[in-house]
Amino acid sequence: MSATGINWFKYSSPQAFHPLAGRMIPWFAAAAAGLIVVGLYVGFFVAPTDATQGDAYRIIFVHVPAAWMSMFLYVIMAIWAGIGLGLNARPSFMMAQAIAPTGAMFTFLALFTGSMWGKPTWGAWWVWDARLTSELILLFQYIGIILLRSSIDDLRRADRASAVLALVGVINVPIIYFSVKWWNTLHQGASVSITAAPTMAGTMVTAMLVMMVGFWMYSIAVTLARVRCVIIERERQPSWGKSASLPDVAEAR
Amino acid sequence: MQWGSVEEFFAMGGYGLYVWASFGIAALCMGGEVLAVWRRSAAAGSRDES
Repeated sequence: MSATGINWFKYSSPQAFHPLAGRMIPWFAAAAAGLIVVGLYVGFFVAPTDATQGDAYRIIFVHVPAAWMSMFLYVIMAIWAGIGLGLNARPSFMMAQAIAPTGAMFTFLALFTGSMWGKPTWGAWWVWDARLTSELILLFQYIGIILLRSSIDDLRRADRASAVLALVGVINVPIIYFSVKWWNTLHQGASVSITAAPTMAGTMVTAMLVMMVGFWMYSIAVTLARVRCVIIERERQPSWGKSASLPDVAEAR
Repeated sequence: MQWGSVEEFFAMGGYGLYVWASFGIAALCMGGEVLAVWRRSAAAGSRDES
């Protein structure tokens, strides 16, 4: 990279990004742990019982942040995939690869906690409602992207194929988000439980937002840790040329 | 704080099963993911980190 004389793109090389990511992980991990602890404290000990849903509403503190992360992470994964396709940039594909499992995990959590919330409030674990169905499809999309990647041995082809699949599937994200407006769904709108008890809104919203930021930090930390694994694993691939990569690291530092 | 006792807190107004299952599975998934990445990282080996 230094041969080009453009230092701005130094960290776009995986060899240089690997140590940078390593330095960033502890900060994001600490922020995640602190925010989640504060969020749980506010959610369980400061926020009062909801007037209409009782204490079952407290599931919101994990359900909504998980659901948001499932959509956010998909969009970010698709953006990395798009950059990868557009610029033929290997690190972008690695980022997309590193995000997918975390996104799938949060999608599963959104569905599971939603089911836990649906049973006491709707009387059903699951309904084929637009919001729930589109979120389930998102889980299948994540799984499909991960399986497609793992089913192709050639890394370049795996990168491009999974990136195309990720980009095409991004259409589902606005469908999930607007599903409660576009269709007559059983799933409540964005802020029903909050506006139902206006005097309680403050601490409930605070707990939810703190948890959401905490989940963001968690996602960044885990994704950076995973992309470091991906960098090393790919380095072991014969096509990479292991001997050539080590001097690059020394140079980048 | 609105909880009179520890039992009351864990009962969650009768919704304890749903609330704790949600948070328990969330903790398991996130903790499990961290563990999985940790082990993957150990298996990959440190590059030349010192």
